[in-house]
Amino acid sequence: MLDAAFSIPLVALSDIGRVISLMFIGAGLLWILIRSLRAKEVDRRIVFLFIFIAVAAPILFPITFQERATLIVRKVFDKVESLPAGSKVLLAFDFDPAMAPEVQPMADAISRHCLTKGHNVIFMTLWATGQALLTQSLERVVKGEFPENRDGVDYINLGFKAGNENVLNIIVTDFRMMFPTDVNGVPLDSTSIFDDVRSCKDLDLIISIGGGKPGVKEWVLYVGDRVNVPMGAGVAAVVAPQLYPYYPKQLLGLLGGVKGAAEYESELVRQYPHLEERGTPGLRMMGPQTLAHMVIMAFIVIGNISFFISRRRERKR
Amino acid sequence: MKRQVPIIITFLIGMIMIFSFFIPPLEGLEQTCSLFFDVIAVFAFFLGGGNLMRIHVNKLRRRKKDWGFSIVTLGGFFIMLAAGLLKIGNPGGIAASPTTEGSLLQEIFTYVFLPLQSTMYALLAFFVASASYRAFRAKNREATILLIAAFVILLGRTPFGMLLTGWIPESFSVLQVPNMAIWIMNSPNLAGQRAIMIGIGLGVISMSLRLILGIERTYLGDESA
Amino acid sequence: MSSHPMTSRPLYFIILSFLFTFFPSCGGSSIALAQAEPIDIATTQMIPDSEQVVVEPVTSLIAADHKYDDGGMIDLSWVPSIDDQLVASRVIGYKVYRIEDEGEPEMISELAPGSNTYNDQSVERGKLYSYFVSTLSINAETPSVRTAPIEPQREWLNYELLNVLIMALVLGGAVIYFIETARRGKKLFVRKIAGLEAVDEAIGRATEMGRPILFIPGILDMDDVQTLAALTILGRVARIIADYDTKIFMPVSRSLVMTAGRETIKASYQAAGRPDAYSDDMVTYITDEQFGYVAAVDGIMVREKPATCFLLGAFFAESLILAETGNSVGAIQIAGTARPAQLPFFIAACDFTLIGEELFAASAYLSGEPKQMGSLKGQDVGKAIAMAAILIGILTVTIGDAWNVEWIQNITTGLVDVFSTR
Repeated sequence: MLDAAFSIPLVALSDIGRVISLMFIGAGLLWILIRSLRAKEVDRRIVFLFIFIAVAAPILFPITFQERATLIVRKVFDKVESLPAGSKVLLAFDFDPAMAPEVQPMADAISRHCLTKGHNVIFMTLWATGQALLTQSLERVVKGEFPENRDGVDYINLGFKAGNENVLNIIVTDFRMMFPTDVNGVPLDSTSIFDDVRSCKDLDLIISIGGGKPGVKEWVLYVGDRVNVPMGAGVAAVVAPQLYPYYPKQLLGLLGGVKGAAEYESELVRQYPHLEERGTPGLRMMGPQTLAHMVIMAFIVIGNISFFISRRRERKR
Repeated sequence: MKRQVPIIITFLIGMIMIFSFFIPPLEGLEQTCSLFFDVIAVFAFFLGGGNLMRIHVNKLRRRKKDWGFSIVTLGGFFIMLAAGLLKIGNPGGIAASPTTEGSLLQEIFTYVFLPLQSTMYALLAFFVASASYRAFRAKNREATILLIAAFVILLGRTPFGMLLTGWIPESFSVLQVPNMAIWIMNSPNLAGQRAIMIGIGLGVISMSLRLILGIERTYLGDESA
Repeated sequence: MSSHPMTSRPLYFIILSFLFTFFPSCGGSSIALAQAEPIDIATTQMIPDSEQVVVEPVTSLIAADHKYDDGGMIDLSWVPSIDDQLVASRVIGYKVYRIEDEGEPEMISELAPGSNTYNDQSVERGKLYSYFVSTLSINAETPSVRTAPIEPQREWLNYELLNVLIMALVLGGAVIYFIETARRGKKLFVRKIAGLEAVDEAIGRATEMGRPILFIPGILDMDDVQTLAALTILGRVARIIADYDTKIFMPVSRSLVMTAGRETIKASYQAAGRPDAYSDDMVTYITDEQFGYVAAVDGIMVREKPATCFLLGAFFAESLILAETGNSVGAIQIAGTARPAQLPFFIAACDFTLIGEELFAASAYLSGEPKQMGSLKGQDVGKAIAMAAILIGILTVTIGDAWNVEWIQNITTGLVDVFSTR
């Protein structure tokens, strides 16, 4: 938090930066539009430059928007909210660093929500690169924000297991066959969180976060569909459309990309205002996404104008 | 014999996996076969790693073009291998998890690997823009429909969609851009996806039958198939 | 939820009669109800009776053999204690006890208040088990009546999947029928696929320009059918490449794929009569890591400037990166994947795209062999069934729901039952 003496100049700088960058983008697009009227194509590097500015400007000079959770996101939120304290929730962090910017905000938001509600959370991952991300998330969200929660009692980290869907094939009937211990080598039998959990059937909710393979589809096919446990999912935006067929039967809800994360965060902050100070990266990222979408739409229009004008000229010839 | 044995194995394992889905006493076999594949795939890591090393050592020795980058490749390979196997800098010692906070492996992962992966993924933002600029041209009727749908979705995924069409009364709320975007994703897009998935499922059945019955053998290097 | 086959699917009765004749244990399930046998178990002995908080036991305890398994599970269900359903509940949980072959009771699980089911997955066939459930208060335990002994049964066929089995037999049978039909010499029509028609031209272009061909078989391993499809196309493509003496690069991200790729290309070169032209360096392993692989392939594209790129197999987020880079170096690109999420990127950035099943049809299409073409026809039977079911479903749902016609709604229910796996 800034001292009042410094806050005014920084706020002004932020505003100036915002205005300048928006003016630059607007003026640049106008110039390109004028060029396109002469049927001139745009070099791809110009496109890259504008995208860079459209994404960088809202990050440097924050631009945020209000969000409202759509029904498909709210269903996941409502399920977590409606479960009684002490419910067993499994969170699968099935993603790698490349996907992390898109899905980590929703993973953190859901972890935060579950722990605020007092659920017992079982963390695991089917991706080798997911283990380090899981460790980071635990440090940041679980140990950082909920220091009173105990490992093995309120939450547990099972870590990574190789085998992709084979892991799911086994934990659907017996967790201990695949995970005899947690990531720290503590036997599952000696943890109280696994006292009444033998297999996935004994869970109250499973949420798979990811977007690749193995991912949500494998969880639905090998676990959700077989054991009749409610399943939610959070995926990268590009994967979300292919999971709509599973909604609402096999998946009770679906968070798609940064927008889904932003919607979940907005709902979380609305319900628990004190959580806003812990950060809302999803909401923050909607600024760059919005501006980038607008720039892409502008280029599509410019491209079509250039195309029609050049086609008309060819016909005249 | 070199071709017959793999075909027989393929047939037997294929049949077992199919029957195990329907016969409860054989359910465990499906899991066992899956585990066997994982064991074989892990052994194959040595093959791949060995090939990688052979190529780059060769490049280094013969000073082929861009041989300097082979040093980087081999260096990265051995540093990560040593960091993970020997648990270098791991606060928990040799018995701890390789990704314990503070270990060299975790540090390299966090400060080298993560940014590199994110950088490659970030390229998509630029490529999406250039691909959209090039591909979304109203050349014909289908392309125009694609263009309009893309516009609605792009606008619907931002707050501006609601800003532009929020004034539309509730009785015509389907014309609000965000709702149109949701309708496009849930109806025509979903229908198309389902149709493609049905086709893919049938294609997989046909391909799998050809493989199991030994009709398709090209992947074994059998040109007579 | 599917109903029992005996009552709702008369068509299956013939099959079931056959099975019941030879497997009398099929389809049957044994249920043991609670009998009035009071159990003498130790409650917390140290507290005098007058101070014990006694709660009501559970009722209607039923132990049933889990259906369609190998005889390794028994399902328990009960009505929770009356005291558990009060606002100020005195029930703190339940304990499930098991008695094996008339031995001593053994506590097998402790459950939270409100529980009314339990699956015992540690039973063995050939042994008799009976159960009782104790309701727990803060200082006492009230057992229920004990169930009659029950032996877990093995079922040889999962009847819940009977519809899947029949559909599999129909589709498999159709494929085999058309393969046989084609083998007997009947000409089968398969529509033109633009991407596959362009393969020869694409390879010819690379030969003329003196630039190499890049073949990417996706980023999954040999256990994925898309990778196998890509390798079968590789075999055909490599044969043409061997004839034209064009250079090929095939960077892969899985070691097993590297081995299989080498075998495939080597065989193609041998078949073309040019075994000396083959080199193991045509197929190189890069890394399993997705974006590390993409970075390497992008580098190859920019340095080697291939004239033709084949992007066939399973791709994920890297599809657009590869396609755009290939486009930027001026390569003609033929892509194909069975991952619907990546198809839009390939369609936007590549010259030809094989959509979904076209990737699996490619090897049959390119070979032109009757046996393989027959399998494509068999696939069409499945599509015809799907289309008919969709049309009937649309009509029955629309008419049945709009006019509330019961028999039409029953058709809809029947269709849903036939095509669901539960």
